[in-house]
Amino acid sequence: MAGSGIVFGAVSHTYRPMRGRPVLALDGVSLEVKEREFVALLGPSGCGKSTLLYLLGGFLPIESGSITVSGKRVTQPGPDRGIVFQNYSLFPWKTVKQNVLYGLEKQRMPKAERERRAQELIDLVHLKGFEDSYPSQLSGGMKQRVAIARTLAIDPATLLMDEPFGALDAQTRTLMHEELLAIMQRSPKTVVFVTHDVREAVYLADRVAVMTARPGRIKEIVDTRPPHGARTEYQQTPEFTAKVDYLWNLVRDEAIRAQEEEHG
Amino acid sequence: MTSENIFVRYLPLLLLAVLWEIAPRVHFVDPSELPPLSAVGAAWWSLLLDGDLWTNGVSSFFNWFFGLGSSIVVGIALGVMMAWSTTIDDIASPLVKALYPMPKSALIPVMILWLGLGAGSKIASIAMSCLLPVILSAYNGARGVDQTLIWSARACGASNREVLWEVILPGALPEILAGIRNAVAISFIVLVASELLVGQRGLGYLISFLGEGGVYDAMFAVVITVSALGFFADRAYLYFMRRTLVWRE
Repeated sequence: MAGSGIVFGAVSHTYRPMRGRPVLALDGVSLEVKEREFVALLGPSGCGKSTLLYLLGGFLPIESGSITVSGKRVTQPGPDRGIVFQNYSLFPWKTVKQNVLYGLEKQRMPKAERERRAQELIDLVHLKGFEDSYPSQLSGGMKQRVAIARTLAIDPATLLMDEPFGALDAQTRTLMHEELLAIMQRSPKTVVFVTHDVREAVYLADRVAVMTARPGRIKEIVDTRPPHGARTEYQQTPEFTAKVDYLWNLVRDEAIRAQEEEHG
Repeated sequence: MTSENIFVRYLPLLLLAVLWEIAPRVHFVDPSELPPLSAVGAAWWSLLLDGDLWTNGVSSFFNWFFGLGSSIVVGIALGVMMAWSTTIDDIASPLVKALYPMPKSALIPVMILWLGLGAGSKIASIAMSCLLPVILSAYNGARGVDQTLIWSARACGASNREVLWEVILPGALPEILAGIRNAVAISFIVLVASELLVGQRGLGYLISFLGEGGVYDAMFAVVITVSALGFFADRAYLYFMRRTLVWRE
């Protein structure tokens, strides 16, 4: 089986709003993500990191440059690239179980098998007992776990995450980090994770790609793998703090530039 | 709902009924113009017994059902298609916006001219009048569906067709159901108005026939019947709407 490495080759993207001038959001972004690598895209808001993720997902047309996954050019969305959004994006009219079943139905999985698979995923994200609840009855953290279960159910080789924990409170976010790492250990995937949280990026990712303020370019790529394996203890080490400080200094300048631009 | 107690909630209605009974009896109003409620009730009973209410009611129901029903089917299809395709939107939007403020009853004479005096013109009048609120609600509902919901479905492997049926339509449903509620209200107005104007059957016809014949107690009985039907149709619809949208908290 071919690997699921991702190659961004000189990707540029221009937003053309209905009113107003076109905006260059991404300017010649090149980046390689190895199979089963966890890469975080870190940058100030408006730097085009989400746009880059949507292009990889096949949701927006690639106008300039190319993106390949396992050697195949991205032209449209596909079940090989699962996505988790910040706003959860659950089907509000479907129950937890029905949401998780959706992708399996689309993959034409036989009924008995998909029932078993859905239950397996619901158990994995610790939502046993909430199968028949509607999203509106769940907390933010629970909703995001349903979204993760729905995406993982069809077992995509690549997982795209668009600030998935950005709307959660600090405690829930920490728990979700641990859960995500545990899930990734059980079934490793290539992950592209968009965030503006420096600690989150260092804690979760193997490498962090720092992006510049608009137009988005790759400013620097920093290796953030823990030196001695285990991630949970990593956060308490001086190496971790040093990495966070180093990245924060990189992001800081861009964040200031982004703010200045916004205020004219 | 201000009060849980059903008696307290409908007390104003009861007071109105008592007033309606007393005012004509003490000649505070002319009883030939406003017969006492008990006389109206007796007239209603005899209309029910000799079948006039039933036969005309069935005829009205037929017009109402097919008029409203076709507007719902066509309106949802058109509204969603306008949201789906910019080309269809560009063609249909100006028409919809121009027709929206038109008084619905103004259509009735046009429909009579085109379709004659029978059921066809009444069904068409109702359908045309109810069409616009349904189109607009489906259009706004479909356009309001979160982009990331559509993307999530596409990433699960859904085709464009599947996205339309499985994401856009259910996503637009709350707005569509609210639009249909407006359409139900309009349908009753246009139903009665179209039957009042011309025709040989229907509850609206019965009102004008009894009114012209000076049988005012029976006329009021039919007016009350139509109002009650409208009220209960709305209540039943609200109940159906709440049950359909249980997933919204």
